[in-house]
Amino acid sequence: MRLTPRDEDDVADAIRAALAQDAPLSIEGHGSKAAFGRATKRERILSLAALAGVTLYEPQELVLTARAGTPLRDIVALLDEQGQQLAFEPLDHAPLLGGARDDATIGGVIAVNASGPRRIKAGAARDHLLGFRCVTGRGEIVKSGGRVMKNVTGYDLSKLVTGSYGTLAALTETTLKVLPKAETEETLLLRGLGEEKGLAALRKASGSPYEVSSFAYDPREDMAALRLEGPEISVVTRRDELAAFLGCFGAATDFLRDAESRAFWTRLRDAEPVAEGEGVIWRVSLAPTDGFAFVERLRRAGAPVLAYFYDWAGGLVWLRLATMADAHAPAIRAIVDALGGHATLIRADAEIRTLVDVFQPQPSALAALTRRVKEAFDPRFILERGRLRAEF
Amino acid sequence: MSLVMPLPEQAILARREELLARLRAILPAANVIADETARRAYECDALVMYRALPLVVALPETVAQVSAIMALAQEMNVKLVPRGAGTSLSGGALPLEDGILLGLSKFNRILEVDFENRCARVQPGVQNLAISKAVEHAGFYYAPDPSSQIACTIGGNVGENAGGVHCLKYGLTTNNILGLEIVLMGGEILRLGGKHLDSELYDLMGLMTGSEGLLGVVTEVTVRLLQKPVLARGLLLAFPTVEAGARCVGAIIARGVIPGGLEMMDAATIGAVESFQPCGYPLDAGAIVIVELDGAPAEVDHLVAQVEQIARAEGATETRVSQSEAERLRFWAGRKNAFPAVSCIGPDYLCMDGTIPRGRLPDVLTRMDGLAKRHGLRVANVFHAGDGNLHPLILYDASKEGDIERAEKLGADILRLCVEVGGVLTGEHGVGVEKRDLMGEMFDETDLAQQQRVKCAFDPQHRLNPGKVFPTLHRCAELGMMHVQGGKLPFPELPRF
Repeated sequence: MRLTPRDEDDVADAIRAALAQDAPLSIEGHGSKAAFGRATKRERILSLAALAGVTLYEPQELVLTARAGTPLRDIVALLDEQGQQLAFEPLDHAPLLGGARDDATIGGVIAVNASGPRRIKAGAARDHLLGFRCVTGRGEIVKSGGRVMKNVTGYDLSKLVTGSYGTLAALTETTLKVLPKAETEETLLLRGLGEEKGLAALRKASGSPYEVSSFAYDPREDMAALRLEGPEISVVTRRDELAAFLGCFGAATDFLRDAESRAFWTRLRDAEPVAEGEGVIWRVSLAPTDGFAFVERLRRAGAPVLAYFYDWAGGLVWLRLATMADAHAPAIRAIVDALGGHATLIRADAEIRTLVDVFQPQPSALAALTRRVKEAFDPRFILERGRLRAEF
Repeated sequence: MSLVMPLPEQAILARREELLARLRAILPAANVIADETARRAYECDALVMYRALPLVVALPETVAQVSAIMALAQEMNVKLVPRGAGTSLSGGALPLEDGILLGLSKFNRILEVDFENRCARVQPGVQNLAISKAVEHAGFYYAPDPSSQIACTIGGNVGENAGGVHCLKYGLTTNNILGLEIVLMGGEILRLGGKHLDSELYDLMGLMTGSEGLLGVVTEVTVRLLQKPVLARGLLLAFPTVEAGARCVGAIIARGVIPGGLEMMDAATIGAVESFQPCGYPLDAGAIVIVELDGAPAEVDHLVAQVEQIARAEGATETRVSQSEAERLRFWAGRKNAFPAVSCIGPDYLCMDGTIPRGRLPDVLTRMDGLAKRHGLRVANVFHAGDGNLHPLILYDASKEGDIERAEKLGADILRLCVEVGGVLTGEHGVGVEKRDLMGEMFDETDLAQQQRVKCAFDPQHRLNPGKVFPTLHRCAELGMMHVQGGKLPFPELPRF
């Protein structure tokens, strides 16, 4: 069954009706992330697709407000006209999860805290949500935050709803910080360093003053990639200075210019180097110095790694492994627990996503607090029941 | 003074001796301050008009001690107020007469500097500026730089989500921390985040940041370190009116330039600064705008030229570009002195902290002027113009009968005006007790009830810093109630679905 509310009041009515019947709702924009998270029955879908449209855009104020069901591509096109962008580069899950490309809604982007390769420099989705309106799992319409950059009036619930996978509230409207697009970009490529040295070069660059905005390493090509953005004159100078700064590594260098560079980072943003082919896909977040250690230990544990690459200067590892009933979760989680960080199972069959924890298990005190926070918004577990955790 | 705080609970006051004895069992005797004269030192924070003598001051040195004190407070049902350096401008660290004041000044160590992962683990009592000092030899710094940065501590920065003059480009505290260790009421110790980016489930670290000490006590912070830009240059731009200055700020951003700093001062502040410690600001200007551009030298020079051109087109009567680091610092000297300078023409001032959509600045200033006249007071203005954060300084004389009350009323009117034009009550100082009773201007009952339910998830007995942020306290049991009729549809299946 599919409910398609026309406005926020309809959403509240739908959630109250669901509460009365104890009939849990799955929340959907265009459904591009339906195969993400723990597998649930999805018997009743609350579609926010009709809540679409940009209601405020003031380029000079760097702010945009859009209803939750607004297609991301519409927002991107509108910003593009003014030379602006969502600096956190929301990834497109289509290559990973299937479905049509470029079919996300802004509500879904916020719900999964989707962020791309510019993470170190520009932040994640959570750093760009200034305020929102929603209907909680209690069926109440609530607003939080505002439309200004600086705001400590009340708790920062924007952080809480970003990445909550719809388990706290159905977002109805989001207000975002937008930023100017860079005039141009270039990518410095360092080849043939090997994995450990290639990653060390990324970390060295991340501590340099050349304002590198993305840092990735692709082991299949044995290639470290560093993105520089800004006015032409600045990019060219910084590129040469950065190449000289990293000269001590003795790598063969190469450059990708403007459109080529953009295409390169879009491919990495959407995890394409691991997306194609059979297997389960993991996304692992660690301290940058632990990325290599993680992959090494996983290999030593005998895990069948089919493809992988590093982003965020080694702090983000994308991996595809041969399919197995436990998705290799015990091996991955044991290493992540020892190093500090978290691992998320991004792609696997529904059966696997029922049995395996898709999200990193938490220590008991933190798990208990997480549950109390869930209950503060949705005491009957009416929204996305079971999507994050089996127990709620 | 109109502030109403929760009445001291007689049951707690009656058990003071027992509480002291049990605290002394947790802490060395010198770290339990019971003597009245010594407790006086803690009776207020930087919002000096409100004072209260804490029941006792406890100064723990270890996380285990913090945990034991919070377990004790829970068990004895005693309130607890955390405090860093006490520089809050909103009364966030205002003590309670029936509460323990938990001072974190002894948590003053930098535990680890990890340049490879560009972060540092520090204790909450470390001063904001001390972090940058500890890493500057390697060319790094910690970005948020509130005006009080030589005194304020990182734990308090987390509590208030502190900003500073560089947040448009580099973000606030919330964008510059990676991990927290916190202790909940009852004594549970939790770690949120770490050296990695992004939280795995709910972003409780983001929620803690700016929660004004109402959810938990921060005992460790992992901060991000940034590499210092190679070059920073300043521009000092003078305009005939604040309107013209505000238009120029908008034009700079519209052209795609995000400066490292973008500040504005009005004529009243310029005058005060120049008579306090002259730094060469043009006295005939209606407003001055300070722009700081940082980054690679080639880019900085390119942007300086661009901004200079925009400023001229927007009617700047004077544009100065810093030719040396000394000159850049001189441009900033007046801005950094603005608060003490204004206090010299005061003699007292009340610092407000609203944020507004930047485009509404001229309108808000005109109306603010009208409000000040109506209350018979003067206002000097400094702005973090880049992000729309206003700091109107209301001048009053505490020795004059009724002046404080007039200043407070004017302050409230100014904040109502900020909300009316689409802004917020506080950009970086926090709600505390100062703006507590104005929360209803921005949020309705349902919004506030939801925020308090979040509080209940952390502190169901309302023992941690009660009386701050929320105008009314509701029992958690009452907030948790749901009015859904079991099995019966209050909203039968509607045709529109």
